Amino acid sequence: MTTSISATKAGLPPAPPAETARRRFTEIVAPYAYIAPFFVLFAVFGLIPLLFTFYVALFDWNPIGEHVFVGLDNFSRLVGDVRFWNAARNTVSIWLLSTVPQLLVALVLAHLLNHVRLRLALFFRMTMLVPYITSVAATAIVFAQMFDRDYGLLNWLLGLVGFEHIDFTQSVAGSHVLIAVMVTWRWFGYTTLLYLASLQAVPRAIYEAAAVDGAGNVRQFLHISLPALRPVIVFTIVTSTIGGLQIFTEALLLNRGAANTCGPIRQCQTLTLFLFEQGFIQFKFGYAAAIGVALFVMVVALAGLNYFLSTRIRPVKG
Amino acid sequence: MRTTRPRSGDRVRWWVYALLALAAFACLFPLYWMFIVATTDTATAIKLPPEIVPGGNFFHLAGLVFSTVPFVRSIVNSLIVAGSIGVGQAVLCALAGFAFAKMRFRGRNALFLFVVLTMTVPTQLAIVPQYMIISSLGWVDTLQALIVPGLANAFGIFWMRQHIASAISDEILQAARIDGASTWQIFWRVAFPLVRPAAFVLGLLGFVTAWNDFLWPFVVLKSPEMYTVQIAIKALQNSFNIDLGLAMSGSFLATLPLLVLFVFVGRRMVAGIMNGAFKG
Repeated sequence: MTTSISATKAGLPPAPPAETARRRFTEIVAPYAYIAPFFVLFAVFGLIPLLFTFYVALFDWNPIGEHVFVGLDNFSRLVGDVRFWNAARNTVSIWLLSTVPQLLVALVLAHLLNHVRLRLALFFRMTMLVPYITSVAATAIVFAQMFDRDYGLLNWLLGLVGFEHIDFTQSVAGSHVLIAVMVTWRWFGYTTLLYLASLQAVPRAIYEAAAVDGAGNVRQFLHISLPALRPVIVFTIVTSTIGGLQIFTEALLLNRGAANTCGPIRQCQTLTLFLFEQGFIQFKFGYAAAIGVALFVMVVALAGLNYFLSTRIRPVKG
Repeated sequence: MRTTRPRSGDRVRWWVYALLALAAFACLFPLYWMFIVATTDTATAIKLPPEIVPGGNFFHLAGLVFSTVPFVRSIVNSLIVAGSIGVGQAVLCALAGFAFAKMRFRGRNALFLFVVLTMTVPTQLAIVPQYMIISSLGWVDTLQALIVPGLANAFGIFWMRQHIASAISDEILQAARIDGASTWQIFWRVAFPLVRPAAFVLGLLGFVTAWNDFLWPFVVLKSPEMYTVQIAIKALQNSFNIDLGLAMSGSFLATLPLLVLFVFVGRRMVAGIMNGAFKG
């Protein structure tokens, strides 16, 4: 985002004075017409629904029945609803477990992939994008099987080396870890490529000079790569906060017995899944909208906090 | 191991390859495993130690997938949705990107900033009113409910603007103007062909995202004939059949088209993602 917005001063010259008023009008509205589709779509399917969420949240809103204004009742019920706090805890826990390791792994891999003489570089880059093109639904199904308590590959291996089988789908910690593994698997390669792109913009000469001065891999990473990556790290922290707090599909497909709650004790029900359950299974649109508002506040607060922290913390100069 | 001078710019150490190979293995193994379970019947799928080579049951299970849910129809639906979104994003985002990169108009900078900021808006949580809007349009259980909202997006506009700003010189546009071309002709005949590779990658990303989308189709689609492949997989998982192989076979069949596509265009997707990323 370094390209400044006002960089294009020249651009397309205006059309010559047209002979007809109609033609002149067409040329004036052309740029607005070209950008209009996005603005119309965003307004109708993004902004208006978002604002409307705040409105619906003030009602007892039955999709095929009455809409009764209840003021802030939905919110006071939400505050007293243990299912809401459970979902909020799950959401934050899964988000942390899936974001922090993912970004760290991506950092290391990007640094390794940035080696000039690396063979098979294209192969490594391409394989890392394979999880990204695999759907979340397919990912959830295959991972749930691999991590199954009785018949899963992982627990079989754990058993071989003498460990107890871990119940990844029915326990709280296990299900959080499993969902985090799925999210990490899907996104770490994409994040790695973003980091790698930034690293490649760093002049080779800087690394060479550091190597000549005796700086090894680790010091090069800490003192050259990491500072160069700051903007893209901030970007990925903010985007993975926004995405990680809205996890839905993995949780829905984990426990097919009690899908809408992600298991009998709601062990991995995220806020988005709770919203879905209240809105589209229980048909409590007003209450679901209130959950949406709470989630909105949470996303804005945490994304803002992360932006603030990641732009303020400076690497220690050494 | 040779122990010459420890200049890390020189040679790649073995452990670098070991770590990268581990990452590659981690990326590919789940798909391989999906295929294994999709080719074995239940009795062996839950056998321990597990099979690690494909069994001979692939066509049996695939046949079961097609008879349990209208899977062919689901693939066609997914192709229609993802294809429309891919093409729509490539053209509409290029058009908007062209306006932002090369045209002068009042409010341009503010509008572009607005576009960029919309990328941070978590619109998924507004799904209840989104459903109400789709419902009032009469689009519940239709494919246009999936297509229309995805036709243009902020990321695509940002991306195409970057490409157009750097790939197209003003001289070329001026020359076209002197030749008497209208603004639309300049976009469609001069600018768009020059950024077609970038638009192609953007369309691919849009295609992949739409093919894999789950929550919105899951909420909007009601009847099995309208299902996209992802919803069909969920239906397979739900079916009373407890056969693990069935859901895995469906997952594999739903992923296969993208894997084939990826073999041909993966290289361009990698380059596209890396070029589209901003570079510090």
